[in-house]
Amino acid sequence: MEKKETIRSAESKGNGQGRKWQISEFLENRTILGFIFVAPALAILLTFLLYPLILGIWLGFTDTLVGGTGEFVGFSNYSSLLTDRLFWLVTYNTFLYTVVAVFFKLVLGFLLAVILNREFRAKGFVRAIVLLPWIIPTVLSAIAFWWLYDSTFSAISWILIKSGLMHHRIDFLGDPNNARISLIVANIWRGIPFFTIGLLAGLQTINPTLYEAAEIDGAGPWKKFHRITLPLVVPLLAVITTFSTIWTFADFQLVWVVTKGGPANATHLFGTLSFQRAIPGGHFGEGAAISNFILPILFLCVLISYKYLRREE
Amino acid sequence: METKDGLTRREFLKTTAATAVGIAGVGLVSSPLDVLAQKGIEPPTFKVEKNPVIRILRWSPFVKSDSEVWDKNTKKWEEMTGGKAMVEYLSWEDVRSKAAMTASVGAGHDIVLGWHDDPHLYPDKLIDVTDLANYLGKKYGGWEAVCPKYGINSKTNRWIALPVGAPGGLMNYRIKWMKEAGFDKFPEKIPDFLKLCKKLKANGHPPGFAMGHAVGDGNNCWHWWLWAFGGKVVEKDGVTLALTKKGTIDALEAGKEFYETMIPGVASWLDPHNNKAFLAEEISITNNGISIYYVAKEQFPKIAEDMDHAQNPIGPIGRPTQLHLFDQAFIFKHTKFPEAAKHYLIHMFEEAQYGAWINAMRGYVVPTLKSYKNLPVWTADPKHTPYRECVANMLWNGYEGPEGPASAAVMADYVVIDMFNDVCVGGKSPKAAAAAAQDRAAKFYKQPTKVKAVEKPKETPKK
Repeated sequence: MEKKETIRSAESKGNGQGRKWQISEFLENRTILGFIFVAPALAILLTFLLYPLILGIWLGFTDTLVGGTGEFVGFSNYSSLLTDRLFWLVTYNTFLYTVVAVFFKLVLGFLLAVILNREFRAKGFVRAIVLLPWIIPTVLSAIAFWWLYDSTFSAISWILIKSGLMHHRIDFLGDPNNARISLIVANIWRGIPFFTIGLLAGLQTINPTLYEAAEIDGAGPWKKFHRITLPLVVPLLAVITTFSTIWTFADFQLVWVVTKGGPANATHLFGTLSFQRAIPGGHFGEGAAISNFILPILFLCVLISYKYLRREE
Repeated sequence: METKDGLTRREFLKTTAATAVGIAGVGLVSSPLDVLAQKGIEPPTFKVEKNPVIRILRWSPFVKSDSEVWDKNTKKWEEMTGGKAMVEYLSWEDVRSKAAMTASVGAGHDIVLGWHDDPHLYPDKLIDVTDLANYLGKKYGGWEAVCPKYGINSKTNRWIALPVGAPGGLMNYRIKWMKEAGFDKFPEKIPDFLKLCKKLKANGHPPGFAMGHAVGDGNNCWHWWLWAFGGKVVEKDGVTLALTKKGTIDALEAGKEFYETMIPGVASWLDPHNNKAFLAEEISITNNGISIYYVAKEQFPKIAEDMDHAQNPIGPIGRPTQLHLFDQAFIFKHTKFPEAAKHYLIHMFEEAQYGAWINAMRGYVVPTLKSYKNLPVWTADPKHTPYRECVANMLWNGYEGPEGPASAAVMADYVVIDMFNDVCVGGKSPKAAAAAAQDRAAKFYKQPTKVKAVEKPKETPKK
């Protein structure tokens, strides 16, 4: 009886070890292990990104109203938008906003990164300060700009009037062009740190011996920047620029808080018009169609970014 | 006799009658509503479910006392029914979005206190409340004329929402500056009003009215102005657009004249701007709720003393054409406790609750039932009194057509405000601006609505 017990326990032990061996062999398979590691992230992406994306694309082809199911209407929302003057104004606004803001963020962000890459006192502190606009929640910074641009209480107008440089308040947001410029400036202020910190990381990976060799060969600061710095950070620059383009193109919070798209729709962007038509306006289908117009641009950005990321590898 | 799901007939009559007749019998003896609260009007009866749990979504209070009384009233209902009512307060501009999601998903809050056309965006998702509306109307002197436009589904002619009240916005003006401009009292007609504005500007005290995408003040001001001249977005049929007609052109021409008297920058103003400018003594007149007066009373007593309120002046059309934010309560069909939800609403509308609530809000919200105009709040301070008439003097969003997805979309797209902005700031001629606005409105009024017809509900038998 005792012998039998011993045999059984040995068998079960043997089976346990066998099972363990099978699991560890299973996990040794790189494909399976990779899938297990990726699965949670994949599930999150599919649920919270892919599903809403597909739903948004589908809604754009329907005439869904708030609370309704809607029917498939083909390209009717899109053709209707193409004859909508407000939509074309918003397209113009969005491209202007994105191109100008990204250009200035790139130039100023790069300049700041080059400066911060040099050795100076309290370098760490300054670098931390530079990050502030990026860290502050957009809504808070938007409210701050809303006050700064207030037609009656603007601190900027107050300082200029008190210092005798101006005699009347600046109508930052009441004039269409002023409003566009004001929002672009606010967006630039907020976006510069992303370029600066990203590029600063890139600049610090450049081997100093390259600069030393260039100096021995008689290269000046411009040549060093043009021939060494720029070519080495271009891939990173491309990736940062495409990310910033995506975010700027799809901006919402800043505009919604400061102007709600006014005056006379001069600051409406795709994101704000899409929300306005879909939620307060109740036309889900058309709201989705407006945001779907962003997709080709974003897709292009992703392709560019992918290309440069591959080059980085 | 016990009903299938919950309260006995006696208990359930007690719950409705306690709030309606019972409380009225005791509470109205010395109440200003005593005369008007008619006797012999039996409240509708409800088979309140056992242990009901209802979720209510409403706007955040404009004054602290609002939520205090609302919550107290809710607690009374809980004690009376043994149920649970959870009230969620949300910023007033966000209620529409959240209610829209509730309607789309078919789950969430049971009752929503929403704005303007909300119930007409998803009428088939809402419970018929005709019995409640009829009872309240009969008992409290009738609904103000605009209420059926907001509460009744024009396709089925049934009430789908109970009009709760309007946070009215009227003329807020400085008495001293008005007198300096040669006016002893606030003008009642637009030509005189324009004269006053011009004089005020010449005296260095310009008026200021929001012309940016201001959901409340902007829409209220420019719809009033448009309608005052006979302009409107759509005709009664809800299909024929009317923006290019003479009334609109007249309104735009006079609107430019009006704009030129204002402080610079109004084209960008959102809802809070005019409050701040008025309290900073930068402007002499604006349209607003009673909030400016209360902030002034607490923080700037000299301004409070020197300011007053008046009705929006009447235009060539010859009658009041005001627009105010308009709040209504509706119940979603997805609720598991429809009877309890209806009972909750009627409880909140009865004098003991509603009267206390309106009084506590010190004029911020104007009632929709005529009897409640006799509440002490409207005469406690003469500066409150003009607000009492806000609902009586208002038209509805989408006037002269019906409420629905098109009227909601036109307002959400700021078609009317932008039209005035185009003329005043954008340099467009009135005709061009009106034509552009009509094009925008056509987009929504042409779009076929996919709202299914509301099923004819069964009448709750009166017992």
